[in-house]
Amino acid sequence: MSVEVRIPTILRQYTGGEKAVEGSGSTLSELIDDLEGRHPGLRARLVDEKGLRRFVNVYLNDEDVRFLGGLQTDVSDGDNVTVLPAVAGGAGTYGG
Amino acid sequence: MLEIDQATYDAIVAHARRDHPDEACGVVAGPAGSDRPERFVAMLNAARSPTFYEFDSHDLLALYRQMDDRDEEPVVIYHSHTATEAYPSRTDISLAMEPGAHYVLVSTREPGTVEFRSYRIVDGEVTEEEVSVVPVLKDRESPPHEPATTDREASQR
Repeated sequence: MSVEVRIPTILRQYTGGEKAVEGSGSTLSELIDDLEGRHPGLRARLVDEKGLRRFVNVYLNDEDVRFLGGLQTDVSDGDNVTVLPAVAGGAGTYGG
Repeated sequence: MLEIDQATYDAIVAHARRDHPDEACGVVAGPAGSDRPERFVAMLNAARSPTFYEFDSHDLLALYRQMDDRDEEPVVIYHSHTATEAYPSRTDISLAMEPGAHYVLVSTREPGTVEFRSYRIVDGEVTEEEVSVVPVLKDRESPPHEPATTDREASQR
């Protein structure tokens, strides 16, 4: 079981500079737990107590997992997961 | 310092004016490691808001895939403020996730005045930098400050 996970520049401090790492799990949540074992600190940048962080986008193959099952999205061998921080901001205060 | 060519500068300002009073956003991509803003990419503000911007999530993935394929990075990430100054807000600072990028802020609060400023935002720290607008970016191959004096001096002896 192996899923390729692409890591954005800002989070490569947790992967020893690697752009992509391998992980396993049957759901996104399990995959993130598996990655955390080898890349401590990564999970906290992706999820908080409410689930996937609001300004972190995670894609399974080409689909934003928010439109799938969020952290409970099924993943399988050979899938590609891409993590990208949102590009966002603005003059106002974001309500959150 | 951000060095940017006039056409790209104009395109950013035009996009900001066009989307006013909503915030406009986009990137200027360039070859990885080059610090050259070469390829202007206007993005949709999925929030369509006068006080907030966010790249559409599918567009964001497509953009990063494309930059990856071309060995590019986001050299400039720009957005507009439509009622306030061209200075990063607390939201801008807390959401800035590209420490290598020049964050360009354009304010459209005054219709006749261009406010175009650039910043580095690293670990919550904002540093303003000079913006140099040039007619065209210097040729990538020619070293910037290397007049061919050595050989000429030798040949004059």
